[in-house]
Amino acid sequence: MELLPPATPGSNSDLPDYVTRRPSGFYRSLNPATKLVIAALEVVVAFAIPGWPGPLLVLAALAVVAAASGTLRSLMVIGLAALPLVVSIMVVNLFLLPGASDPIARIGPLAPTWSGLLFGLLTSARLLAFSSAIALAYLTTPVDDLLADFSRRGLGRRGVFVVGAAVQMVPRTIDRVGEIMDAQRARGMDTEGRIWRRARGLVPLAAPVVFGALSEVEERTMALESRAFTAPGRQTLLRVPPDREIDRAARWLALAGVVAIIALRLTGRVG
Amino acid sequence: MAIELATVRYRYAGSTSAALGPIDLRVEPGRVVGVAGANESGKTTLCLVAAGVAPAVVGGKLDGSVRIDGVDAATLRPHELAQRCGLLFQHASTQLSHTTATVFEEVAFGPCNLGLPVAEVVERVWMALRAVRIEALAPRDPARLSGGQGQLVALASVLALRPRYLILDEPTSELDPAGTGLVADALARAAAETGAGILLVEHKLDVLARIADEIVVLEHGAVALSGAATTVLADPRLEDLGVEPPAAVRLERSVRGAGIEWSAALAKAIE
Repeated sequence: MELLPPATPGSNSDLPDYVTRRPSGFYRSLNPATKLVIAALEVVVAFAIPGWPGPLLVLAALAVVAAASGTLRSLMVIGLAALPLVVSIMVVNLFLLPGASDPIARIGPLAPTWSGLLFGLLTSARLLAFSSAIALAYLTTPVDDLLADFSRRGLGRRGVFVVGAAVQMVPRTIDRVGEIMDAQRARGMDTEGRIWRRARGLVPLAAPVVFGALSEVEERTMALESRAFTAPGRQTLLRVPPDREIDRAARWLALAGVVAIIALRLTGRVG
Repeated sequence: MAIELATVRYRYAGSTSAALGPIDLRVEPGRVVGVAGANESGKTTLCLVAAGVAPAVVGGKLDGSVRIDGVDAATLRPHELAQRCGLLFQHASTQLSHTTATVFEEVAFGPCNLGLPVAEVVERVWMALRAVRIEALAPRDPARLSGGQGQLVALASVLALRPRYLILDEPTSELDPAGTGLVADALARAAAETGAGILLVEHKLDVLARIADEIVVLEHGAVALSGAATTVLADPRLEDLGVEPPAAVRLERSVRGAGIEWSAALAKAIE
C-alpha cells in the first residue's frame, strides 16, 4: 500500500507536546496497521490450525504481550464480556453435538458427552483468541492514531471514522442503558431477581435505547457536517504514527504467515 | 452581509404541515439575535433552516429563500456552510468527534478537515480556546469533561472554523447555573471579539437578557413578538406565549405590584 504524504507537514514545533506524543513500550509503539495485520495472523492461527495448539499458542502470546503492554487486566475484562457466549457454546455442544456418543453421565433425558465438552472448550478457546486479538489491537492503539494512519494511506476516512466513533461510543451507550434502566426502575419496572425477570426487564429498554441512539446519530451527523467533515481534499494530520522498518518487516512476515497457513489448510497439508 | 430569511416556510419530510413559517429574519455580523418560544414553537427548526442544514442534510421542503451573505444557502455544500455558519446543539456529547485524545485535537478537528496548514490549525485552535477562556483544558481528555466544559469545547470547536455566524440551539439547556454562566460569558466574548453574528435559541431568558441585542419570540412556527431585547423581555405578552420573563423583569413586576416605586437606583442596588 502506497503511503501518501499528509496535506501538510506532520510535525510542527508549534504543536504542544501532548499532541505530538509518542506511545511508550514496544508493542504500543508499533504502527496501527502492523497491529491489525498481527491480529489477523492471530485469528488465522487460532482458527486454521487444527486442534488445541493454534488457540493455545495465540492465547499465550496475547497474555505475554498484554502483560508487557500493561493491558492484561483490561483484556481479561473484555474476555469476561464474552462469557455469556462461551456458556451458550458449552451448553449447546455439551448436550447437542451431532454424532457424539460418549456420555459423561445421564441426567434424565439429557446426556452430556465428552466429545461435546472438548469441542465446546476448543470452540470457546478460539472465540476467546479471536476476541482477545482484536481487543489487544484496540487497547494498544488510540483511535486517532488509527484514523491518522488510515488517512495517510489514502483510505476513505468516512468508513474509518464511523468505525472509530462507533467504538468510542460504546461506553456512552452503556451509560445510556444504565440511565434508562434507572428510569424504568423508578417507574416500578422489576429488573432484579430471577433471570426471567431480568430478561423481561430488558424489553422496555430496547425502544428507548434504539430510538435514542438513532436520534443521537442524526444530531451527530449534523454536528459533523457543521465541522466540515465532508470537505473535499486531504485532511491535515497533526500527528502521524511512525511506520518504521520493523513495522514493515513485521507486516510482511505476518501477511506471509496468513497466506501460508490458509494455503496449507486449503491444500490439506494441515488438518 | 447577513443571514437573511425571506418568507421562509419549512416542513419536515413526511409531514403535511409546516414546522416553521412564514418567517422573515435577519442576523447581522456582531449582533446577537435571541430566539425564545414554548416547546414545539419551531426554534430548533429555525436553527436548522438558518444554518442551511435543513433541508440539505435532514431533508424536507423549504419555500422562500435563505441567503447567507447574499449567497443562496441551497447552493452551498456542507463544508462551505460550516465555514459561514457554526452550528451548536444542546448536547455536548453529540458535538464532539469522540476520536481525539485531547481538547486541543478536538478543537483542531474542523480546521484539519479543511486541510489547512498545521501552523494555521494551531493558530486557530489557540484563538478559539482563548475566545472561550479554556486554554487550560487543551491537554485534557474531551471524554472526561463536565457538561459545561464539554459545551465550551464544542463552542470552541465551532469557532475554530471562523464562521461569520454562530447558530446555537439551547446551548445551556443541560447546564447548571455555573455552567450556564460560563457559556453565556463565552458567547458574549465570542460576539465581541470575533464579530460573529449570533442566533441564539434559549429557554433561559436571563441569558438572552445578558447578551441579546434583539429577541424574536416564536409561536406555532411564526414570529409572535420581535424587537429590541429590553422591549421584548418586558412585554407582558411573553407569559401568554409560554415564555418566562427574566428574573429582573419578574422582580420589577413584583415590586411594582406591592406598590413600591421602582427606580433605576433600586434596580442597581438589587443587581
